Amino acid sequence: MTAVPAPAGGLQTRPSRGSGRSSARAGQGRAGWAFTVPQVVLIGLFVLIPILMAFWVSLTDWRGRGSPFSGSVGFVGFDNYATILTEPGLARQDFMTSLRNNAWYVLLVVPLQTAIALGLALVLNSRIRAKGFFRTAFYFPTVTSSVAISLVFIFLFTGGGAVNGLLAVFGIDGPNWFSDSRGLLHLIGDGLGFWDSANPPAALTDGGPLGLSWWDWLSGPSIALAALILLVVWTSAGGYMLMFLAALQDVPADVREAAVMDGANRWQRFRAVTLPALRPTLFLVTTLGLIGTWQVFDQVYLISQGNPAKTTLTPAYLSYTSAFEAGQWGRAAAMSFVLFAIIVVLTTLQRFLMRDKDAIAEKKATRTAQRARAATSRTTFFQAGR
Amino acid sequence: MTTTLPAPRADVGEPVPAPRRRRRFPLGRFLAYVVLVFFALVYVYPFLIQLVTSFKTNSDATNNPLSLLPDPVTAAAFSRLLDTDFTLWALNSVWVSVLVTVGRVFLCSLAGYALARLRFRGRSAIFTAVLAVMAVPSVVLLIPKFLVLNQLGIYDTPVALFLPLVADAAGVFIMKQFFESVPASIEEAARIDGAGTFRVFWSVVLPMARPALITLTILSFQASWNELPHFIVASQDRDLYTLTKGVATLTTGQLGSGNEFPLTLGAALLMTLPVAIVFFVFQRYFVAGANDGAVKG
Repeated sequence: MTAVPAPAGGLQTRPSRGSGRSSARAGQGRAGWAFTVPQVVLIGLFVLIPILMAFWVSLTDWRGRGSPFSGSVGFVGFDNYATILTEPGLARQDFMTSLRNNAWYVLLVVPLQTAIALGLALVLNSRIRAKGFFRTAFYFPTVTSSVAISLVFIFLFTGGGAVNGLLAVFGIDGPNWFSDSRGLLHLIGDGLGFWDSANPPAALTDGGPLGLSWWDWLSGPSIALAALILLVVWTSAGGYMLMFLAALQDVPADVREAAVMDGANRWQRFRAVTLPALRPTLFLVTTLGLIGTWQVFDQVYLISQGNPAKTTLTPAYLSYTSAFEAGQWGRAAAMSFVLFAIIVVLTTLQRFLMRDKDAIAEKKATRTAQRARAATSRTTFFQAGR
Repeated sequence: MTTTLPAPRADVGEPVPAPRRRRRFPLGRFLAYVVLVFFALVYVYPFLIQLVTSFKTNSDATNNPLSLLPDPVTAAAFSRLLDTDFTLWALNSVWVSVLVTVGRVFLCSLAGYALARLRFRGRSAIFTAVLAVMAVPSVVLLIPKFLVLNQLGIYDTPVALFLPLVADAAGVFIMKQFFESVPASIEEAARIDGAGTFRVFWSVVLPMARPALITLTILSFQASWNELPHFIVASQDRDLYTLTKGVATLTTGQLGSGNEFPLTLGAALLMTLPVAIVFFVFQRYFVAGANDGAVKG
């Protein structure tokens, strides 16, 4: 039977042309497009075209009135980028401040959330009672809205709030978290006697790159930003913990048993068996963390609006206020693209740094394994043939 | 060959396990529980405080922030919440989330199926585009999205609230991965029986895809229910406020409620409930989803 029955209705109604096989293929082609077109159109309309439009706007002096494509809009080339990156002035100072804040934020959030996620996953992966309860408790904040969590944290971290109440139990006089702009590194320096923040060393305040003094770059996160850091680490660690847990369950049991048999102790087993198996997940978690933390917006919008003293200003939030409040659409769009570039560069850099020797070692290992497997399968084939 | 197990060497911490498992409670296990209980407190206590504080009076909340006993117990915050537009916000959140979820699940599974199974020209180009789009950080899209909504003339309309959220590259990716993991033999049988491609998809493939569909439904519902930045840039009309945007006005003090913690925490509690219920009912799908979504890295 070579005749393929005519497809019943729908997308394959054209009668077979040539062999049945090619008509089926043509039908698949049409169906393929029909199936993908809705999402392709939506993604094009709400992701790709917006990016192109925003890039155009970043090259103009459009102030938000009328269409950015109308004749009255002036083309200014890369002026908007120059304003935030190279020209001395308030605009650059604000943008650099936001980058400084976000850099400190990333520097603390990514390692902290990764370490906590990994630690909790390792503990939960041992023989523990009530595993489900603990996993749920740690994961639940991840699915809760940033609005709800921020409201709770505003209450917990008010001057006379629960956190300071708890600190008072230990005799610590807690700060006014969300309104304290003092930099953590400045405070630590004070405490250790390196400098006096009230009267900072001239060597650091006199100069510095990109419109901020060294003293400002090296302030560390402000107390207010530190509170946001705690909030975000608390919220996101649970999600990454689940990824580590899934990866831990894939650690081959026979390898672990072999290590036990070889007399490896717990730490040796962790170093030699568990950690290598977790490497891809570790890479994934830090990458996702890096991408996510450079985009912090919700918490700033909800809790601090960039205050106090601009120490919680982030590029994403500054870009939003520059556009919607100050009407500087070109500059705001330029900030979005600089942020995009930062994320792309840093994730690429991270990929490069974390790949190096292991990828090479891995490739070598797979090649050896393949050769070994090929050899064994040849042997078994011959044995089976006998 | 020796039949006895080698004696544990002193220099290598843990002894080789004896054939019979020993019933001891090692220090390590104890420390594990200490760590877990500590973190459980850190994670559960804020929610407890939230729950309890929403039943406190304003002054009780401010004066006894750590106490887990409201004195007196009052539902005043919730009745005060009814004076705000809370119900309007909730209704908006419901229809937006439902439309986004239905749209995403249907269109993502269609596209995911086509990319996984159907041979057509441009397939790999589309898939590459999907992967590229997933890499675009969402915050970078805030201003661009406004520009397009404005240009299309749908800024500040109900369509602007939900339609852009239906565009979801990650969902396409998840469904494609899923369809690639199920054997094609059943649908091939159906196709030989003469069913059209859509017919095969609708009545043969989708029923088999139940777990993936549930996962995607949950992820989409949770994402759209919790969405905030998109609503900020897509509309300004107070009638179009969703829960996230409306409740956010409570914190930023726009309603003069800066210190009404029972009110704000009560609002936060109510807006968390739907997602919390879905979470506890479908927990295992959340876990699956967290790891599916992770593949995109």
